[in-house]
Amino acid sequence: MERAVPWVVIDAAKGGSAVNLRELWHYRDLLYFLTWRDITVRYKQTALGVLWAILQPLLSMVVFTIFLGRLAGVPSDGVPYPIFSYLGLLPWMYFSGAVTRSGASVVGSANLLTRVYFPRVLVPLSATLSALVDFVFAFAVLGGLMGWYGIRPALSVVLLVPLAALTAVAATGVGMWLAALNVRYRDVQYAIPFLMQLWMFVTPVVYPTSIVPERWRPLFALNPMTGIIEAYRAAVLGRSLDWGTLGVSALSAVLLGAVGAWQFHRMERTFADVV
Amino acid sequence: MPVIRVQGLGKRYRIGGPVQRPGHLREALMDMVASPFRRLAARGGARAAQEEFWALRDVSFDVEQGEVLGIIGKNGAGKSTALKIISRITPPTTGRIELHGRVGSLLEVGTGFHGDLTGRENVYLNGTILGMRRAEIDRKFDEIMAFAGVEAFIDTPVKRYSSGMYMRLAFAVAAHLDTEILLVDEVLAVGDLEFQKKCLGKMDEVARSGRTVLFVSHNMAAMRRLCERGILLERGTVAAAGPMGAVADLYVRPGRDQGEGARFDPRDRRGTGWARVTDMRILDEQKEPVAARPCDADLLVEVTIEVAGGAAAGSSLRGLVVELVVCSDDGQPLLSLMNVDDTGVALPDGSACRVLVRLPGPTLVPGRYGINVFLGIPFLQHVDEISGALAFDVLPPVEPWRPYELHASRGLLCRKAEWSCSDVMSRTAPAAREAS
Repeated sequence: MERAVPWVVIDAAKGGSAVNLRELWHYRDLLYFLTWRDITVRYKQTALGVLWAILQPLLSMVVFTIFLGRLAGVPSDGVPYPIFSYLGLLPWMYFSGAVTRSGASVVGSANLLTRVYFPRVLVPLSATLSALVDFVFAFAVLGGLMGWYGIRPALSVVLLVPLAALTAVAATGVGMWLAALNVRYRDVQYAIPFLMQLWMFVTPVVYPTSIVPERWRPLFALNPMTGIIEAYRAAVLGRSLDWGTLGVSALSAVLLGAVGAWQFHRMERTFADVV
Repeated sequence: MPVIRVQGLGKRYRIGGPVQRPGHLREALMDMVASPFRRLAARGGARAAQEEFWALRDVSFDVEQGEVLGIIGKNGAGKSTALKIISRITPPTTGRIELHGRVGSLLEVGTGFHGDLTGRENVYLNGTILGMRRAEIDRKFDEIMAFAGVEAFIDTPVKRYSSGMYMRLAFAVAAHLDTEILLVDEVLAVGDLEFQKKCLGKMDEVARSGRTVLFVSHNMAAMRRLCERGILLERGTVAAAGPMGAVADLYVRPGRDQGEGARFDPRDRRGTGWARVTDMRILDEQKEPVAARPCDADLLVEVTIEVAGGAAAGSSLRGLVVELVVCSDDGQPLLSLMNVDDTGVALPDGSACRVLVRLPGPTLVPGRYGINVFLGIPFLQHVDEISGALAFDVLPPVEPWRPYELHASRGLLCRKAEWSCSDVMSRTAPAAREAS
């Protein structure tokens, strides 16, 4: 009999082995069930259930509208401030929710990692996927909000699909990186909420990019969420997209995704020993 | 063609120096403040202070298609580490493994079970975690349910299950894994007696199904029955390999000298360590090591104590106190035995000795028990401590003294009390009243 290619080779010498795509494909059902478990379990034994997914961006929008829109008079590029800020909060809350969840996911699954082998990448991946459900629910509110103000979504709203994918790539990259670091340094779990808070302030979530001085904008665009959020607004409201900013942000989102995935892959072998 | 080929496998763990446990809040706070600085300082090369420990060293073996290989060895010999590496939970430090086929492991049943999910949901979740495809679970679902015997509770959250039902369902999922290679750790001890028999039956079936199986168990009878070939691990290396019967005979032969530290996993022990408990065994009346004793027999424990290699010259065991704490299976201390008790013996002025402890029977209600061993100078020094140094089984009495079975639900200790009656009164004795 011919010597077949082994299904798996475990080699101490090759630390960073190649990603086994055949195996990832085999485990695709697990990704589905892990995501589904996260979603099912999240709202078990809560009184409000999935309403939580809507209440968080909605109440944030109300608070920001009162304090920033009305009292502080933050400009909103000619759109009613509630719509403006909700369109920013929607992708932002997905991003920060996905990063927070996937960042904590690996340590949270320690009992799995030390007992069974499966591709570790499924853990942070399922966390970012399950956050997507909240995102979809929060969209329902956007529909109501736009109806209230009599704003009709533009045809370019279909661009939200690639934009959401780009957000997911950035969030997964950052989330995986933090998740891998968190295994070794639990400091990360305290840093994540703080990091997300700071990150929100350097992202045009509750204010428009137009208030940022011109010469700082290229730097500002390096934040992947800058271009993405501005593009969300432009797509829904049918305005012309700032392709330059979006291009830079998209590039940095993809880069973050790649670096995060690489860092995770580099460290995943030793998770069970360290966690 | 070998389905599993293991070459030069080694696994090194680093263990820190003796852990200093903060005793007071003030110290704990100081420790917290200091630890990041200490960690930074450690970057500078203070790492050398860490001790290295090879859980496995240069282990090689092949397993052929359809072969059932048993791995035996004492606790800490590296059996579980080997399985963990082959199942890819942890990476090896040296060596290479080729696996021709998917690996399923029965190392831990019920992994990933979530209390809030129903039995059905958990079967799918757990099944896919173990590497099954969804369609595969669909196909075997009814079979799994029937095996576990929980069909009536299929849509009940598993947190409402009894622990027996929970374990049965968990085992049922794992037992239906259909991989080319199967790793099996000692999972036979789940559930009630009837279910254990069912599990053993399933193991037989798996072993004879033509799949390649790697088996780890302390149950020598099961190992001899199920495995054709065996390897004996000692201190992380292959001490013997060959037909299972021969390897098992070698393993149970008394007096196989183990050497310092071989018996116990260094990660489980605490204390300054200048003297060590190097071996601990349960003996029968012929002084042969055994794994179980009947509950009406005396319990004989042999403890080997040595001054460690690195201790100051002329260090002696004299003055050390040895304590054995017998614990229930869930770690609850049941009784403490010390060599400074009236019936004890002082340790000799030497560098090594064996201590024999006899606890007169009847001892304990049939079941599994553990012993923690402690070595020290009371109030001064913690020399060595190993939790769960030894596990043993107590069997039903050879000569029962009670017409019923001894049940753990009525206590764990077995004592025979002396009973008598006095102040007997009788209702049909009105004589006293008449006299008044």
